[in-house]
Amino acid sequence: MTETAPVITVTNLIKQFGRFAALRGITAEFAGGKLYAILGDNGAGKTTLLRTLAGLSQPSSGQITILAAAKFHDICQHIGYMAHPSLLYDEMSGIENLEYFARLYGIAHGTRCAEVIRSVGLDPKLSRPVGQYSQGMRQRMSLARALLTNPKILLLDEPFSNVDAHSATEMVRLLARIRDEGKTIFVVTHQASLLENAADEFVWMEFGKIVKRTRALNAESKV
Amino acid sequence: MSCESCISDWILLKKAFPILGVLTAILLAYAFYQALWVAPTEQTMGSVQRIFYYHVPSAIIGFMLFFINFGASIFYLIKRNPAADMVALVTAEVGVVFLTVNLVTGPIWARPVWGIWWTWDMRLTSTLVLWLIYVSYLFLRRFSSSGETPLLAAALAVLGALCVPFVYFSIWFFRTQHPQPVMGGGGSIDPRMLHVLLINWLAFSCFAFLVCWARYRLEQLQREVDAAYAMESLRDPRRST
Amino acid sequence: MSAPTGITRVTLLKDLRLEWRSKDAINSMLFFSLLVVIVFSFSFDPSAEESRQIAGGLVWVAFLFAAVVALNQTWAREIRNQVLDAYRVSPAPANSLFIAKVLGNFIFVSVLEALMTPLFIMFYRLRALGPAWQLALVAVLGTWALVVNGTFFAAMSLRTRSREIMLPLLLFPISIPALLAMVQATTAILGGEGARFWIMLLATYDLVFTTVCLLLFETVLNAE
Repeated sequence: MTETAPVITVTNLIKQFGRFAALRGITAEFAGGKLYAILGDNGAGKTTLLRTLAGLSQPSSGQITILAAAKFHDICQHIGYMAHPSLLYDEMSGIENLEYFARLYGIAHGTRCAEVIRSVGLDPKLSRPVGQYSQGMRQRMSLARALLTNPKILLLDEPFSNVDAHSATEMVRLLARIRDEGKTIFVVTHQASLLENAADEFVWMEFGKIVKRTRALNAESKV
Repeated sequence: MSCESCISDWILLKKAFPILGVLTAILLAYAFYQALWVAPTEQTMGSVQRIFYYHVPSAIIGFMLFFINFGASIFYLIKRNPAADMVALVTAEVGVVFLTVNLVTGPIWARPVWGIWWTWDMRLTSTLVLWLIYVSYLFLRRFSSSGETPLLAAALAVLGALCVPFVYFSIWFFRTQHPQPVMGGGGSIDPRMLHVLLINWLAFSCFAFLVCWARYRLEQLQREVDAAYAMESLRDPRRST
Repeated sequence: MSAPTGITRVTLLKDLRLEWRSKDAINSMLFFSLLVVIVFSFSFDPSAEESRQIAGGLVWVAFLFAAVVALNQTWAREIRNQVLDAYRVSPAPANSLFIAKVLGNFIFVSVLEALMTPLFIMFYRLRALGPAWQLALVAVLGTWALVVNGTFFAAMSLRTRSREIMLPLLLFPISIPALLAMVQATTAILGGEGARFWIMLLATYDLVFTTVCLLLFETVLNAE
């Protein structure tokens, strides 16, 4: 496999909330086509890092280069973001939600929405509002929304939290498939064991910095 | 902060501020004397009228400060300059104080002279609305949980300032439809009274400048402390802030 | 990328659909409006002549209260499940969202006004002695003034503690000239005069504040 240029380059990234420094100077390069598991205790800065990469939070200082573009607006089509809240409207069905977001991205939704819902293992014809879904279904629909534009980079914040074991393994399998298609995936999670076999690299964060990056999840890890 | 700027800062503060403080105190005392003794007694209103020398300058200074706030807010919106944000904050706070003086001295003056506590005349009403707008501005600054409070506040200040001409026009027209008693009287003013008024205006302007400067310095120091804590947190996150 | 007007339209339709689906919210709003009218009618006893003089004020204060409750509600939906983040990461322009929200609020508040007005007419035995078509114009311009600033400040309040009290705190002072215009215009028309000056003032106010809100909205939306 040829060495690809890094899809995300972060230089001395600092994010402060008043007196508290959530990110204390992160410098890293992330190559494309890999699944990165971002691990660490609560307060390590994982969510802040993801939100900053997604363009939702402005860094206090430092630089982020994604897909060789400096401005988020140029590449936001290529980024899919998912967080622990579902980022969906509870009163609409899954397909209605996705059709709305497709319009925001300028996608002629046609069959794309149904396709992507099927790819996460849900039924596009389900007319039940999202608010009545189980947690596993909701997370999968949220993932579907992130996958809508077929993004080159996926940023997933705690996608498996409160999800039943079956749905979680299905999701991991799906993520591995997406990674195999050449996409880059970042997963923040407390359940590192789920990604033990799927992730290409484990990125450990502590107190707002990346402390180590390993290829395998060691037995003596605390997570 | 470089050594030279530290030293020049120290000189400015240690030397200039007390000197200006003393000068202002003298000026204020002189203005007080002028207002309460030297100025001629108004023929219809008597001594109560002397409150005019506090009522009018406080309004003028209040409006001046809000004008500066407007400018500083626009500058912040364009350049994101932290000093501009501090100027906006300081002028809003001190401006509210001066306008409060104006709004309180108004009824105190009106009651013995015209027999009413309040009137919806142009000056009083526009002062009241401006006061409301800037108090809401201070509430926003206090209650904001965003990291970008200066931006939100600047946006509010711009909208608030744009509101002022509308306030004037609406009250002007309202008064032509519903004539209200005019406080403070229009028309000509005795030149000796004008002289005393100007002295008081000058004295209070110096006072306002000093208070703003002190408040600015306080805010600056507070932000430096916060920045120092932030630096500490950056270096060693385990220290509790 | 879809044209901005397309996004505005889709967002507006989505909001209307959501509003329709969560009928609880609409019903409680409608009932609240009814209560406001009735409470006012008990508090300000209307005899025929006096009512014409104070009705302008009463009606608009009642509309203002109803509007504040409605305005707080529409952004609440975007905060639940943090859906607003999904909008922000998309290429959709912030102003399309703003206009869609303003239009949605305008429609919603107009529905409330349409409910409250006949009740006021009934309880206060109102009759327009002046040009009635001007009343419609005042209603449209006045509602727009409340709703455009209200939507903007409601978005700003999302970034504050005590979100629900911040909206009226920020909205009321700046709306004072518009409120004065609405009330005076309504009173004048009910009393048999024209309200050309007030209508012009409202129109200018609407133009200025809509423009400035559009210029500043993106900044406010992204001020995390």
